[in-house]
Amino acid sequence: MATLFGRVRYVIGALAVIWLVALAVPSAAQQPTSVNPTASSVKEEQLLRQLRRVEGRITIPDERASVLEQPEGRSWRQFHEVTLRWIGAIAILLMLAALVIFYLTRGMVRLENGRSGRTIVRFNAFERFIHWLTATCFVILALSGLNITFGKKLLLPLIGPDAFTIWSQWAKYFHNYLSFPFTIGVIVIFLMWIAGNMPNRVDVEWVKRGGGLIGNDHPPAYRFNAGQKAIYWLQMLGGTAMAITGYLLMFPFYGTDIGALQTAQMFHGIIAMLYVALIIAHIYIGTIGMEGAFESMGTGTVDLNWAKQHHSLWVEQEMARTGPNQSQAQPMATPAE
Amino acid sequence: MARMKFLCDADRCIECNACVTACKNEHEVPWGINRRRVVTINDGKPGERSISMACMHCTDAPCAAVCPTNAFYTTADAVVLHSKDICIGCGYCFYACPFGAPQYPRVGNFGSRGKMDKCTYCAGGPEADGTPIEYEKYGANRLAEGKLPLCAEMCSTKSLLAGDGEIIAQIYKERVMKRGYGSGAWGWQTAYRETIAS
Repeated sequence: MATLFGRVRYVIGALAVIWLVALAVPSAAQQPTSVNPTASSVKEEQLLRQLRRVEGRITIPDERASVLEQPEGRSWRQFHEVTLRWIGAIAILLMLAALVIFYLTRGMVRLENGRSGRTIVRFNAFERFIHWLTATCFVILALSGLNITFGKKLLLPLIGPDAFTIWSQWAKYFHNYLSFPFTIGVIVIFLMWIAGNMPNRVDVEWVKRGGGLIGNDHPPAYRFNAGQKAIYWLQMLGGTAMAITGYLLMFPFYGTDIGALQTAQMFHGIIAMLYVALIIAHIYIGTIGMEGAFESMGTGTVDLNWAKQHHSLWVEQEMARTGPNQSQAQPMATPAE
Repeated sequence: MARMKFLCDADRCIECNACVTACKNEHEVPWGINRRRVVTINDGKPGERSISMACMHCTDAPCAAVCPTNAFYTTADAVVLHSKDICIGCGYCFYACPFGAPQYPRVGNFGSRGKMDKCTYCAGGPEADGTPIEYEKYGANRLAEGKLPLCAEMCSTKSLLAGDGEIIAQIYKERVMKRGYGSGAWGWQTAYRETIAS
């Protein structure tokens, strides 16, 4: 009996415990529904609204991977696929069209008094070497760069994916490595010709009189006229901007993050297109645009009449320095310097 | 065909990094490259969340749009893949990708990049399925064997889901209904232009 009573006591005790637990359960069960961990957690929508990107902490060594999301890649895509193509196409085609119209209406700027048969040194061998080094690099850099923007639309359908990849791969290598001699060329040109390119009062008159391009006037100029000075300074600005943005892209993540790389690429692309348009004009005026102009960078000497027509003050300077005898020598055997 | 997606349930991810390890091991990914990673936001603060992220295989993928050599293609399962034979390692896909998925082995001086490498959704590349050359370039092709990406398959808390977008969205919705909360499918708005109501 005692044992039976003991068992009943245990059963009653157990029931009491269950009853107590059952009483407690409803309040415990209600608790999770009232707690919402998301309410206090970070939220994607909120982070993207507040910041341009979602960033956190990461345990792998690659710190760059800590950027979880950067939706502005979309605006960069829009820039690269649409905006840059329009900028490039408009800048280059507009320049070409302008030059064609100019050539058809104005024609080549002729030597008014014909050739004198006497020449004068305009650019020495070192100057020409630096010019052509920079120019060759520029042409290759421009073509390989334009390939990145336009190649997929223009060249890829013509030559097929395999050939296009081989070409693009080499173009990329050339683009990367030729940037170094190009940059050196820009620096040397800067130092070499800065003396002759400082703006002065003569430039104002030159511009007022249309520089000899508009009309048949030939305003006086020293070694470089205002047009050439403009090309020089734009080149220096363009070359510097291209080098800085280019090297930022070539050495990714050295002091830059993904946003800075996108910005660098945008500047690199826009300036490149304008730069190419500028150089097309430079090539035009140095070749078919002006009679006798190419010789200055070709052989390094120009006809005396060309020099008098376009750079009258420079000729006077040179004459005063070297004396009339030497410059009357019939092709000049030795450079003036 | 299915529309394959990834979904990381941030309320379940415990930042164990097993998905990262599984991916590296499954594909013999080279040192320095992580096709998948776990990012912890507001680490150590109340309300921190960890999210496992790899290529999201976007709709209208930005990487494919900006690629100058058209190296990308989308499979019938909507997986975004690329050809390492066509890639020139220019880095543009990395600028455009919202999720930092493209990775490059460093092959030379001046930060010059080798062929791009990224998550393939365990679906290999353009080479014939399951060939050694495909494995060498892109890693295992589990999809061709009828298996889902390993990262999601072995996720211990089943935080990372992989599979047809509608099915995994349904699973996630049911979870949210049952537990009463959810911080949403991270990256879905950016990748697929859609959200899962939470």
